[in-house]
Amino acid sequence: MNLHEFQGKELFRAAGIPVPPGEVARSADDAAAIADRLGYPVVVKAQVLIGGRGKAGGVKVVKNRDEVMREAGRILGMDIRGHVVRQVLITPATDIEKEFYAGIVLDRKFETPLLMVSPSGGVDIEEVARMAPEKILRVHLDGRGLPAYRARAAARFLDPRFAVQKQIVPILTKLAALYHDQDASLAEINPLVVSARGEVAALDAKVVIDDNALDRHAELAGMRDLGAEDPGEVEAREKGLSYVRLDGTIGCVVNGAGLAMATMDLIQYHGGKPANFLDIGGSSNPDKVTAAMNILTRDARVRAVLFNIFGGITRCDDVARGLLTALDRIGMKLPIVIRLTGTNEQEARDLLSARGMTALSDMDEAVRAVIARAAEAA
Amino acid sequence: MSILIDRSSRVLVQGITGRDGSFHAKQMRDYGTRVVAGVTPGKGGTDLDGIPVFDSVEEAVQKTKADVSVIYVPASLAQDAIYEAADAEIPLVVCITEGIPARDMIEIAAYLSGRSTRLIGPNCPGLISPGQCKVGIMPGFIHAPGRIGLVSRSGTLTYEVVWQLTRAKMGQSTCIGIGGDPIIGTRFTDALALFEGDDKTDAVVLIGEIGGADEEEAAALIESTMTKPVVAFIAGQTAPPGKRMGHAGAIVSGGSGTAQEKIARFERAGVPVAKVPSDIPRLVKTALERGRPKLRVVAGGASRAAAAGKKAAPKKRVAPRPAATSAAKRGATKKRAGARPAAKRRAKPARSKSRH
Repeated sequence: MNLHEFQGKELFRAAGIPVPPGEVARSADDAAAIADRLGYPVVVKAQVLIGGRGKAGGVKVVKNRDEVMREAGRILGMDIRGHVVRQVLITPATDIEKEFYAGIVLDRKFETPLLMVSPSGGVDIEEVARMAPEKILRVHLDGRGLPAYRARAAARFLDPRFAVQKQIVPILTKLAALYHDQDASLAEINPLVVSARGEVAALDAKVVIDDNALDRHAELAGMRDLGAEDPGEVEAREKGLSYVRLDGTIGCVVNGAGLAMATMDLIQYHGGKPANFLDIGGSSNPDKVTAAMNILTRDARVRAVLFNIFGGITRCDDVARGLLTALDRIGMKLPIVIRLTGTNEQEARDLLSARGMTALSDMDEAVRAVIARAAEAA
Repeated sequence: MSILIDRSSRVLVQGITGRDGSFHAKQMRDYGTRVVAGVTPGKGGTDLDGIPVFDSVEEAVQKTKADVSVIYVPASLAQDAIYEAADAEIPLVVCITEGIPARDMIEIAAYLSGRSTRLIGPNCPGLISPGQCKVGIMPGFIHAPGRIGLVSRSGTLTYEVVWQLTRAKMGQSTCIGIGGDPIIGTRFTDALALFEGDDKTDAVVLIGEIGGADEEEAAALIESTMTKPVVAFIAGQTAPPGKRMGHAGAIVSGGSGTAQEKIARFERAGVPVAKVPSDIPRLVKTALERGRPKLRVVAGGASRAAAAGKKAAPKKRVAPRPAATSAAKRGATKKRAGARPAAKRRAKPARSKSRH
């Protein structure tokens, strides 16, 4: 689960990482009131769950009330790569002397968290890794977390001044503790700045929480911003489905994540475009199938739907029954192509043909068929 | 023969009285697996369809000599279940459970390093040596005994491929689902090394997906040490970056972990990559006829395992890991009382995920 910048900063503050003051506004008037309180100049920052908001014009420094009204009004409601801005963070502008990067990710290869720091802050760390890899220091965090001596080494890598290092060390230690305690999969400060007065602070916060750990962090689960997510993805999660919206015209409903990905790939291979990733899991529950169909039918770009089910422990006839029940409930208009294979395949076929539907057993054949149906419907 | 499990494997089910555990315990037994025990705390002394249930893994192992454990407990209890199995020194632990927090797995990985227990999973369908033993949730009937090894990060996609192989008259020695999480016990490289050392496996099918770099490591291992042909398939070419595709580990992040990169790496290693799943049987047939291209590094017999271990050498570490290397620790592991030597030999050689 991705957190907004202001939510990440709340976590930072609670962990003792210095963060400039700031408040969130949902209207230009609120933004101006906050800015008046904080004192000018302030920065108006779009709160969206996607990177690159600065380049998109979603971050502006303003000097007075008129400007804050104008810029907040402009940024609120703005569309940044498909994400509509509904909140802005108002925070005092900082005189920046230096910008660093500090971030912790999960290193899958070494099976430990990995702290990366770089004196080249304020830009994408992937960019730094490509252009100037020597400017990144990597520190693996083992069972001890981040011992102070290693935090000191990282701080020395960032800045030669002891007065600055002394401030960086506790920030890195606290960031490592936060990553662990909050079950983060990413905790990033970019930029971590030294101000003109020599004070170190986190000017941005990017925190991602491990979805599998939300059960033990009720307070974090409550931070989920449903309005900022795709409605289909929100509904899917509530119903226990895994759904990701794509740009194509062919909806797919598949059991299993790997098969779902392979199905999308196969649609593209045969010249079509998948509209989504959707894994209904190992269930033949009609409620799940109904939820899946509802999500797909709401997507206006979907022209045809492919069901691809490999019956293993889940029996094909159960899935067919679930599908027929779901179709009765929602009165689906879109053309459907069904591919079933595995346990009780024949029974499933019989059930479907009794209702005038046919099921294919070959995956390539089914994909070609659904592409043809989508083209007819377009 | 087969790898990791066979006719003689004695299987213990952790969480045997739960919905999934009880269902699959019976399914496994129906397939011919020797399911010798179950564990559910508080249910000791009862039985499930004649399978004795114990309160602890330790007791179950003492009484039944179980040497494989399969875990069906909920995610919040899974870390403890794995610890319990490892502390009972079960050589092979298969964790089916999905949804375990990454932090729990980080701790598990550190704990298992240097111990004699091999973990498969979590978030996996398990493994099967067709006609002999099934440990997991896969439908048994789609498999056939034979000489193709299969290793995969997926569940139903694996069934799909197995089913196509079986219909093409290509039976399988062992099929392993290693799991879709970012941190897993047995990786592609471990499984490949096992298949390479198994004289009943002629070729290996590897099914990967987006996320992480395990496929790239596998390609490097194949390039340097494998004499048997490998055919690969990678799912997720159409997956958008930054989005998790069902599996916790299936995500393209920071522009890396893409299907395209993985496919290119395999092709560079001389591994044919199927464009569509239905192409796999044909590629396997061709690969078997041709064999592997000559190895760049000739590694035979004993040095093969050493080469497999080397691939994980850290590149960019600022400080050495404080813990003893897994090899050193492994040497110090005490002998397990009552363990069958065959099981031990099977479980050990491929802990190639060393960190030295």
